[in-house]
Amino acid sequence: MTKLIKSGAYAQDAYAPVADDAALPDGPVLVSLARFNKDRDTLLARNTPVGIRLQSSENPEQVGQDVHHFALISLEFPKFRDGRALSWARILRTRLGFTGEIRAVGDFLYDQVNYQHRVGFDAWEVPDNFTIEMFQRALTEMTNVYQPSADGKKTIRDLRAAR
Amino acid sequence: MLNPKPVEPNMYRYDEFDARFVSERVEQFASQVERRLKGELTEDQFKPLRLMNGLYLQLHAYMLRVAVPYGTLSSKQMRKLAHIARTYDKDFGHFTTRQNIQYNWIKLVDVPAILRELADVEMHAIQTSGNCIRNVTADHFAGAAADEIEDPRPLAEIIRQWSSLHPEFVFLPRKFKIAVGGSPHDRAALKYHDMAVEIVRNEAGRTGYKVLVGGGMGRTPYIAQVIGDFVEKDDILSFMEAVLRVYNEQGRRDNIYKARIKILTNSLGIEEMRRQVMVEFAEIKARGSLQLPKAELDRITAYFAPPKFETGLSDEMPQAGTDFVNWVKTNVSKHRAPGYAIATITLKTPGQVPGDATSAQMDTIADLMDEFSLGEVRVTHEQNLVLPHVRKKDLPAIFARLKDLDFASANAGLITDIIACPGLDYCDLANARSIPIAQGIARKFENLARQQDIGELKIKISGCINACGHHHAGHIGILGVDKKGVEFYQLVLGGSGAEDASIGEIMGPGFGEHEIADAVERVVNVYIAQRKDGERFLDTYRRLGMAPFKDAAYGKVAA
Repeated sequence: MTKLIKSGAYAQDAYAPVADDAALPDGPVLVSLARFNKDRDTLLARNTPVGIRLQSSENPEQVGQDVHHFALISLEFPKFRDGRALSWARILRTRLGFTGEIRAVGDFLYDQVNYQHRVGFDAWEVPDNFTIEMFQRALTEMTNVYQPSADGKKTIRDLRAAR
Repeated sequence: MLNPKPVEPNMYRYDEFDARFVSERVEQFASQVERRLKGELTEDQFKPLRLMNGLYLQLHAYMLRVAVPYGTLSSKQMRKLAHIARTYDKDFGHFTTRQNIQYNWIKLVDVPAILRELADVEMHAIQTSGNCIRNVTADHFAGAAADEIEDPRPLAEIIRQWSSLHPEFVFLPRKFKIAVGGSPHDRAALKYHDMAVEIVRNEAGRTGYKVLVGGGMGRTPYIAQVIGDFVEKDDILSFMEAVLRVYNEQGRRDNIYKARIKILTNSLGIEEMRRQVMVEFAEIKARGSLQLPKAELDRITAYFAPPKFETGLSDEMPQAGTDFVNWVKTNVSKHRAPGYAIATITLKTPGQVPGDATSAQMDTIADLMDEFSLGEVRVTHEQNLVLPHVRKKDLPAIFARLKDLDFASANAGLITDIIACPGLDYCDLANARSIPIAQGIARKFENLARQQDIGELKIKISGCINACGHHHAGHIGILGVDKKGVEFYQLVLGGSGAEDASIGEIMGPGFGEHEIADAVERVVNVYIAQRKDGERFLDTYRRLGMAPFKDAAYGKVAA
């Protein structure tokens, strides 16, 4: 079983994952890029939030300006060694200006949560034994950072200048 | 003089931010080790975490690779490295082709304590392994070489900070190695790196950065290509971030042997690669947060300010006997300051393991650093050490002390100054042993007059196709292979890792472990017989091609 951590707390997942060939249920749905491309107009005409789930090989730029129609973009880690989604999240936040939820799903480790947080993820689908306390600790093990990223955190260079 | 007071060289020093960063990273890794020891992390999960902190599992034990950023060490740091060898390993360490030091017999439970000790002297093992941006390397004569345009170390330090736990680039398709050079003469093997920066001066007399990508060794060697002819200084981090992002997005992840940026560069083509990088670069630059203000570059550069060299020293080389004269010929290089010299300590005394030093040797070298080299030493990618700032008048005393240490071989750049990977003696990737082959060749050519007659000849030995011993870049490269459980050694001729970089050509079937040194000798004899005025081995090979060397090596003609 998995659960959702969002804004630093457990949250209900409002989105129903929909298989590519299944009928669309009422309420917020989560679809693949293929399904979105096929049923784009129908999905956008429904007056309800749409989320999209991207594979690690799918560059969010493929979605183009449609990105702003989504309330949720789910980025998959097929295995924890695959770091492509770290660039996708960064691009979503800093190039495409996406302000909705970016959710990490799939195979990732506790030790990667802080990196994901820095590049723009704000929601995590985690295993049941992953506690809020662990989540908080993951974000605070390293106090300062050397490089600017999507989190807007002050860098060590900024902090030096402010001394 | 016993226990001289440590001299603090002009090099980067941690401020409270760097110190806190490294010590928090140590505790983070300590907790990862603890979770592994408790069984909360599987070995598969722990592996990328430990690799990101330089910890390998080798044939017999864990190996810890400690970063020596751009190869620069203070005497205090050298003494700490000696202490770690004595306390936690079998009393020695191994200086590597990426200017680092590794310890081959480490216990996992000791690693947090070792890292805490390293942090005390502003050192760490961050990103010395794993699929991330590795410890950055630089010209080992930086700040001392007479031919230098600018010292490459300030930029290397800036890259070190930018790349440390970079959140976007910690799980790249494969490892990523960066080198920085500041002279027209390339002593940092720039063209064999995933990305390299060469400090250049443009026609207007302004300095900037030439950026190369896609070089590498391994099973598919490539020479790096120019992706940025002249990147302005304030743009460099934005430019590098652009290269890394294109690589992170598109580098292959289905086959680890095709995952390096060299494969991507060559499948896209350098033009398309450049186009994509320029698109990313324009956007990152426009956002501005990665631009490098001149004030920041100046601030870091100030740490590396040239030491106050004494003036009025004689620029004459002192006289101290034949052995000394021989040593000066090969191991002493031109310094920018009159009366000073750069002294190379080859860790290649014939018979020894290339790059190894005992704790006692390290301690004595630390003393030499304090007494004679303004507290500083460099680790070279050729597995040697360099005293960068020594007075010529002190060279005889230094030479005498090195003799006592058994590190006074007058062989820098000669045939016995061999690079070798750890090979099957330590490494679980290796197919064959490298160290005994290096020792055998060094013994065969031990006669110094003969070595000097042969002149510059770089032999590089790898125990497997991964090429950690840089065999592709050897004037004579040797590649160990396994044929049905027996070790064989292929000869690779004509490689170079310098500014005239080239990839060596494989001669043909391999030689047995007892035949390879003789085969090398036959190849060298062809050179001796055929060389023209002033030609190095490499030049003669380039003029004649493989055929005469191959015929001699396989005994088809008397050489």
